[in-house]
Order: sequence, then structure tokens, then C-alpha cells
Amino acid sequence: MKKELLSGNEAVARGAYEAGVTFAAAYPGTPSTEILENTAHYKDHIYCHWGANEKTALEEALGACFTGARSMASMKHVGLNVAADPFFSASYLGVKGGLIIVSADDPGMHSSQNEQDNRHYALAAKMPVMEPSDSQEAKDMVIEGIKLSEKFNTPVMIRMTTRTCHSRSAVELGERETPPEIGYVKDFKKTMLLPALARPKHVAVEKRQKEIKALSNQFKFNHIIEGKTRVGVIASGISYQYGREVFPDAWFLKLGMPYPFPDQLFREFAQHVDKIYILEENDPFIETFVQLEHTGKEIIGKEVFPLTGEMSTDVIRASLGEKDLTLKFDLNQIPRRPPTLCAGCPHTAAFHNLSMQKLNVTGDIGCYTLGALPPLNAMDTCIDMGASITALLGMEKACEKAGKELNAVAVIGDSTFFHSGITGLLDIIYNKGKTTVIILDNSITAMTGHQVNPGTGLNAMGEPAPRVDIVKLVKDGLGIENTYEIDGYDVKALKEIIKREVKRGAPSVLVVRRPCALLFKGAQWSSMQVDTSKCIFCKLCTKLGCPAVTPGTEKSHITPERCIGCTVCAQVCPVKAIRFVDENGMHIHDTTLEQFMTIKRGGKK
Amino acid sequence: MKSIIISGVGGQGVLTASDLLSDVLLEEGYDVKKSEVHGMSQRGGDVISTIRYGTQVFSPLPSLYETDYILSFEKLEALRNINYLSKDGVIMVNDYVWEPLPVAAGFEKYPENIEETLKKYAARVIMVPATDIAVELGNIRATNVVLVGVLAANMDIAKNIWVNVVRRKVPPKFIDLNIEAFEKGYKYKL
Repeated sequence: MKKELLSGNEAVARGAYEAGVTFAAAYPGTPSTEILENTAHYKDHIYCHWGANEKTALEEALGACFTGARSMASMKHVGLNVAADPFFSASYLGVKGGLIIVSADDPGMHSSQNEQDNRHYALAAKMPVMEPSDSQEAKDMVIEGIKLSEKFNTPVMIRMTTRTCHSRSAVELGERETPPEIGYVKDFKKTMLLPALARPKHVAVEKRQKEIKALSNQFKFNHIIEGKTRVGVIASGISYQYGREVFPDAWFLKLGMPYPFPDQLFREFAQHVDKIYILEENDPFIETFVQLEHTGKEIIGKEVFPLTGEMSTDVIRASLGEKDLTLKFDLNQIPRRPPTLCAGCPHTAAFHNLSMQKLNVTGDIGCYTLGALPPLNAMDTCIDMGASITALLGMEKACEKAGKELNAVAVIGDSTFFHSGITGLLDIIYNKGKTTVIILDNSITAMTGHQVNPGTGLNAMGEPAPRVDIVKLVKDGLGIENTYEIDGYDVKALKEIIKREVKRGAPSVLVVRRPCALLFKGAQWSSMQVDTSKCIFCKLCTKLGCPAVTPGTEKSHITPERCIGCTVCAQVCPVKAIRFVDENGMHIHDTTLEQFMTIKRGGKK
Repeated sequence: MKSIIISGVGGQGVLTASDLLSDVLLEEGYDVKKSEVHGMSQRGGDVISTIRYGTQVFSPLPSLYETDYILSFEKLEALRNINYLSKDGVIMVNDYVWEPLPVAAGFEKYPENIEETLKKYAARVIMVPATDIAVELGNIRATNVVLVGVLAANMDIAKNIWVNVVRRKVPPKFIDLNIEAFEKGYKYKL
């Protein structure tokens, strides 16, 4: 059998392929993004697309499964909040073709605003949930999940975590199953959720959960591993791997499907041990079920192990008082390295202006959230996808009522705008808001690694796709008269228009455009350079937060291998000491900004 | 079981290097697990990839003070991960400074004498001007393969396995460049 090192996300995609899945939809979000990207490698067999958001993606997968197609929707944990509505409906509706819903949780918040434990969703929606502990299991659980889904007429949730998504381990590759025949057949009672039809469905769901619970006691991913002592460990997900290292001689109850909880299997396990450690990341999910069994054994769970952050062998040992995690080399004595907006980021000039004009800024989710960090300090709020617009409208109305002034703008990226920003604009129009919204349009979903979106002109399978024009959508579609398109590198134009629109007293939308700088790295651009004879070392250029521009000891310095020549630093320089170097880096040009823009910029507009 | 950490700054090619390494270990017949960092941290933040290998590997993450090799693409990032190194461990460091934003903006100071500090915690410290070597070869992006060469020179795995994996994994038009980069790094055996 062929073995390959796959990440958990690649393994989920492979599992979908082998299980005979023919439809997959998702919205990008770390750590889930590569699931759909890799599923798209099987595009000859599996139709793949990015939804505008997680809700649309899950609804599309549900619709596909109504035709008999085996389907999969994947998203990050907070994405499931957006998709919660169809998620709950899907449990009552059940499936025709198997349906897998992947939630990739982020314990430790590597790239998220919270670390919610989405196993609670499975419990609340009464849906089985599986937790792979490595890539092999991730693949196998998708295949088994499709079978379970079709057998019990239920969607199946797979809870990944950052460590299972982004760890690579060996996976045995198998053959693809032949997908079932696909074709929509009217089945009113099956696919409608009118109250009269939903009531018997709820009864059926409760019955189904009992049946799955019975199965869970013999389920292939729930099993007992014999130990040499009277110590037992119950573990799920990646915590199982940590547990095997810390407790090499213990009995293990490995729960690949923690809900419905396999009560009989647990009782059998409990007979062999006196003391039970429960290893799970975030909430005491398994622990709650264990406590309900009242075995009288000593149970060691979240009273000892942390509710916050990731689990690890070190965390387990430290929680048990077996390892001192005080660092021999104190990391507080060295500088942090926070992520930053990239050199040449087309959002920098906008944030620079917001910062200089000392505006209040409601922010949103994406790379540009980094505009909140020093030296830009140009963002005050970050709530969830789309909330920049709606939170600002709320602030505005509250201040208006109280007769208080509010100098504020909302800032949102293009993908976030497509995801959840449009409805916020509707609220502004309908409720006579006066809000100014800046849409930073780099024509791609950049933070998660450059996924295409409705504004890109390409789809998830790499085919040309219609491109939604944000300016047209806002101006002609929603009727916001004061909609303007501005070049993201044009510092002066941005300054003037932001100043004017904040005071307008009517809704306005500024679409600030430039493709993501990373897409053009090393392509056709060149570098800026400081003319040290002119630099007065006012450090204004370094306040852009551009990683290429640093204060030297006496003069500003630009690192050529990082600079892409966006000219923003040159524009903010009060003495015109920053100029542009040609490709050979040989001499300083006197090319004007306008010439530079037309000659050097090959990017989409 | 052994553990390796590769650390650096987002955009330096840490993940490509850890991919090469894990392919080599797999080819050598080991069970291999590797962890990566994606998403926000990649935007100029510190990046780390961990690799563990042996007959059977459970956790992809090494424990504090138990890592056998650290390969760092940047000096400050070597220091940031030094607590993971075991007392017999080897740390191989690109002699290259990339000031993080708090330093560049003048809020914090870049540490001095990093090599000396590392020597207090490591059995062996190998400093390599990998970025300079790559620039000399005509492509700064070959830095990571120079460093893979350094790691290869200091591990007990046959050289031809490494060379074959490099050949297989890099884009065809960059094979010669990368083999040369690997060879330059391979000279740094301690």
C-alpha cells in the first residue's frame, strides 16, 4: 500500500476523494483552508467551490446531498457560528447522499478571535462528532463518516484542531469508491421543515441518536488499549498522542467519536482502572459524560488540566506537577516578532491616513486587522466577520441620539465584505445611516493564503469566473451615491477623500483598490532607496510600519530585498528623499509617481 | 525518538525545508510527524515547524529541553527556541539578522552577542552565513536549501538520500541552483 506524508487537511481531502464525495464547498479560514484547496486537486471527480460564507457553503452542500451526492462542507470553528442555522436544520432534515461537516477548531488561537469548542455544536444539534488524532484517522473518519451518515440519515461532524489540520503524518492511500447515482427526486416530507413535518423529525432524531449511541460502543474508532497499571486515560483528538507519550503504561480509552458517548465501553474500561485521566483540548466535553456515569473512580480532568490553550506533553506533565516549565532562557528579554502588514501592502497608505487623521476605526477580520498594531494603531474594534460596518452603525445611532460627535469609519476587506458586509450596508441605507465604509479591495482572500473570491475572476477549481464589481454592486445595486474608487497607493487622494467623506453626513463607500503585494513579489517591481544626502531623519516613513523601511542610526533605510517599490514611503516623505531604483539597482531615477504607476504596475485594476 | 525544530521568519522558506527533511526521514524508513504554522503568523511573524521521527511517533510537538537539533533561519529566532534544545543538542543558525517590527520601529532592542548566549544553552552551535551564500549563488530564496545542507551534514543519514529528495522536490529549473546551495551548506560539518 502506498504511504504518503499528508497534513490532516490533505488527508480530509483524500478521504473525501476515496469516499466517493462529488460535491465540496467551504469558506477559507485558518486552520481549515487547505481542506477545500486540496479537495480541488481532485476536481475531475469532485466539484469544488468557495461559498461567499460558511452558511452558503453548508447550505450548498446540504442541497447537493439532497440529490444523492456525497458532500462535504468545511470551515473554521467560528465559521460554524455563521453556518449554525443550516447546521441545526441539517440534523433534522438528514441526508440522501452522505454529508460531512468539518469544523476546524483553533485551541491556542493561533489565528482566531476565540477558542470555542465546537463539539458542543454536535451535542446541541444532536449529530455524531468524530475527532481524528492524526492524518490517517482524518482520512479514515471521512470515509467512515460518509457510511455512518448514509446509514443513520444524519450529517456527521468532524472536529479537527490546528494540530491535526497542520501536522503531517503517514497515510495509506486507498482507491476511490464509486459514488452513488445522483438525481433529484421530489420528497416533500423529507426535505421540508414546516413545523408539522419537523415535529416527527425531532422524534426521529432522538431515536437516531440512541441507535448511534448503541453503535458507538462497538464503533471502530472507539477502543480500549490494554495497559500495565491501574491507571486509565481517556483521550480524543491530538491529546491522545500526547497522552500515549506521557502515560506509556496506562490503559487507554481512545475516543474517535466522543459523542454520542459510548457508555458501555466506558464502563468496561473503568473496571480495569482505579484512576482516570481525561485528556481533551478546551472544554470538559468527554468529562461531563464520564462524571454522569458515577463510577466512584478517581476522575482527573479539567480541575487539573487547563481549559485554555493547547494541550501538549509539557502541559500535561506540568499540570501533574511533574515538569517545571519555567524557562531557563527568559523569553521576556528578547523582542517579540508579531506578524505585520507586508512590505508594499496596498492597505498601508489607507491605515496611515486613518492614523494621521486620528479617526475612530471599527475593524474587521483579515490581514488588515494587523493595521491595529503599532506604529499604525489604526483600528479600535474587531468583533467578527462583517461587524466593522454594523458596529459602527450602532455606535453612530447611539451617539446621534445622545447628541455626541463620532469621527469614525469602518474598514473591511473585499472577501469579508462579500462574506458578511453587504447586509450591514443594507442596514445603513434602510436606517438612514451616515456611515463611511472603507472597503480594502486586494481582489483576493489574502490572510488565509490567497484564496480566490467573487471579486477575483477565478473559481476554486482554477477556472475563469464572473467578477463581481464592488463599486457597481454598492453604487448601482444598493444605491449608495457617494461611492468612490481610489488607488491604494495614492496617499494624497486617500487623505483628501477620507477627510471629506467622514464629514459628509450621508452614507459613503470608499473602495480602495490594489492587488495583494505578495502576489507580485519579485515579479516585475523594483525597489525604493533613501537619498541619504536629503534625508532629514524625521522618521515619518518608518511610521508606516512597512517591514522594508527602518530607521538606521542617522538616516532612514530601505532593505532592497524586502521593498517592492510601492512608493508610499516616497509619498509621505516631506523632503522627497526617497526615490525609485530601477531593476538593476544601479542608479536613482527621477521617475514621477504617475509615470511609475503606469509603467511599473501590471496588476489588475 | 528524535526531535528537530526549524525556525525562522514568515516568508523565509521554513515549511519547504521541513517538507524536504520529513521526506528524507520517511525515505530512511522512520515514522515521521511534523507540525507547521499557517495563517496570521506567516505575515512576517515568527514561524516554526517541528519534526519528530523514530520507530513510532505519537506527538508531533517536541517537549522543552528535549530537542536534538534546531535549525534556525534567523539569529533571534534561534534564541526564541533555545529552551527546546536538549543539553546535548546541536543548533545550526543562519548568521542573518531580520529585525522584527518592534525593533525596527525603535520600541525594543535586538539582542547582542546571540552566538555567545546560544553557547550557554547548547552543546554545539554552528553559525553559517547561509543568506550570504544564497545571494552569492544568485538567489536569496536558496537560503533554505543551504541550511538543509548544514542539517544534512550534521545528521546520520546518507548524503545521496538528501540530494535525491532535493532533486525531486524543487522546481526543475532550480535543481542546479539548489544542489549547489545544498553542497555549500554540507561543508558546515562540526
